[in-house]
Amino acid sequence: MADPETLTTGAEARPAPVLSPPRRRLGRRQRQRFWRLAGYLVFAAVLLTVVAAADWGRLADSFFRPDVAGEMFPEAITVALRNTIVYTLLAFAFGLALGLVLALMRLSSIGPYRWFATGYIELFRGLPSLLVLFMVGYGVPLAFPDREIPGGVYGAVTVGLGATAAAYMAETIRAGIQAVPKGQLEAARTLGMSHPRAMVSIVLPQAFRIVIPPLTNEIILLTKDTSLAYVLGVTATTIELTKFAGDALNTQVNPTPLVVAGLLYLAITLPLSQLVRWLERRSAKER
Amino acid sequence: MPAIEIRDLRKSFGRLEVLRGIDLSVETGEVVCVIGPSGSGKSTLLRCVNLLEEPSSGSVHVDGVEVTDPDCDIDAVRRRIGMVFQQFNLFGHLRVRDNLTIAQRRVLHRSRAEAERIATENLHRVGLAEKADAYPAQLSGGQQQRVAIARALAMDPRLMLFDEPTSALDPELVGEVLAVMRSLAAEGMTMLVVTHEMSFAREVASRVVFMDGGTVVESGPPEEVFGSPREARTREFLHRVLEPTRVSEAEIGAHASAPLAG
Ligand SMILES: Nc1ncnc2c1ncn2[C@@H]1O[C@H](COP(=O)(O)OP(=O)(O)OP(=O)(O)O)[C@@H](O)[C@H]1O
Ligand SMILES: [Mg+2]
Repeated sequence: MADPETLTTGAEARPAPVLSPPRRRLGRRQRQRFWRLAGYLVFAAVLLTVVAAADWGRLADSFFRPDVAGEMFPEAITVALRNTIVYTLLAFAFGLALGLVLALMRLSSIGPYRWFATGYIELFRGLPSLLVLFMVGYGVPLAFPDREIPGGVYGAVTVGLGATAAAYMAETIRAGIQAVPKGQLEAARTLGMSHPRAMVSIVLPQAFRIVIPPLTNEIILLTKDTSLAYVLGVTATTIELTKFAGDALNTQVNPTPLVVAGLLYLAITLPLSQLVRWLERRSAKER
Repeated sequence: MPAIEIRDLRKSFGRLEVLRGIDLSVETGEVVCVIGPSGSGKSTLLRCVNLLEEPSSGSVHVDGVEVTDPDCDIDAVRRRIGMVFQQFNLFGHLRVRDNLTIAQRRVLHRSRAEAERIATENLHRVGLAEKADAYPAQLSGGQQQRVAIARALAMDPRLMLFDEPTSALDPELVGEVLAVMRSLAAEGMTMLVVTHEMSFAREVASRVVFMDGGTVVESGPPEEVFGSPREARTREFLHRVLEPTRVSEAEIGAHASAPLAG
């Protein structure tokens, strides 16, 4: 009743070469090679068609006009790029601090803390950043006319984008804390450290090491989200890259500014994503 | 006054009663080894002594201080109780030296210089002074466990708890850890040791406690417990542990398979 192919002894082994001649095995490899080559050819053909179809002269005229690009500087760097970076860092710092508090509340043994943190995280992960930004920029000032978020647009962007980022970072940090083996906390408590002391000295440093790559990703997302700041009515001094490029697009009636802004974003995000990859490789090696 | 005094200690996890009324006292300078089958509650007993587990009822006194009293400053009591875990639990983000100094500095508020001097002293004691700058992951299991012992000793504990300190080690690394523990015992350290190393218990223990099913079945000097155990359960356990190759199929409830046709 045994499967004849699993038997390799005796007469039954002999028909095998007849059924699968060496030519067939070689043929499979050849087929593989053929399909791979066919794939390359199709890919190259599509690419060539696109390149040939494009009107390079007009493309360069529209998207790469040095004079239009030149008009944008130095403000593109000194104001727009600078503000994009400042908004990102402020929102990240706010989000990280709030996210850490939420993560600790989420893990707390006190029920109401846990419920609050869970509610906050679910709420802000479910809302579009733009809506939250509107809420912070216009909703809150309308509801509380006698109070305002300090820092003007800077403050509003910090809170508006940071509030959403905090929800994501809270979940990341919570996962990081839970990834630290329970024995670490026990060993620390056994040495007489209080719970908060053990968290600060032993658990959180190890948790943050684990979550640095995902948190760096969060900075990349925030960098792009700062483009939403325009809805708060930014001025010449608080303008960031996307709005700056949009304005230039309108005055110059040429899309080159968009390309410049895109390159400036990439100047921030590409090194960061390289950094994430390097950090992930490094932590993979440590484990 | 005994170093540890446990009275009618009970502990349940949900509906599972793991400790069912333990009475045990350990005098200062004594080395008490706890043996018993897996799941008998040995770790739980040890963890109740420094309140890593909250007892369900009963009392535990350490150096006359009732740790089960809700008003007891447990952090203060824990400072005096060193504990060594099966999985070492060294702080992975800190170098060996900092593993030894962090609690000295943060808990005992010793100066950096003093903490480092005491760290070096204790690393010498376990024969690892040259590893002070290494990270735990760069050490062998045996070395990590010796560092863990040194880390506990750096806090000047009055007594030490060991929970199967050699069970996670490759056989050739067990000896170095036991050697450190033996020398500690010789220096007069009060020790409560959960172990499967019967030869260590026989040689070093002042008293051996055999636990099964959450109770202390038998306790006494090692020569009595190992040489002429009174209880059948003790005899059966020792037989299984000391002569594992001679455990018969009948004992474990296995049936010799019926002879196969053909
Ligand atoms: N935190 C916990 N929650 C629920 N059950 C637990 C917990 N800790 C231990 N137990 C259970 O309590 C019983 C005794 O566990 P304990 O770890 O004290 O045994 P042990 O004698 O140390 O065994 P071993 O030799 O395997 O370490 C086991 O059945 C275990 O599953
Ligand atoms: Mg155990």
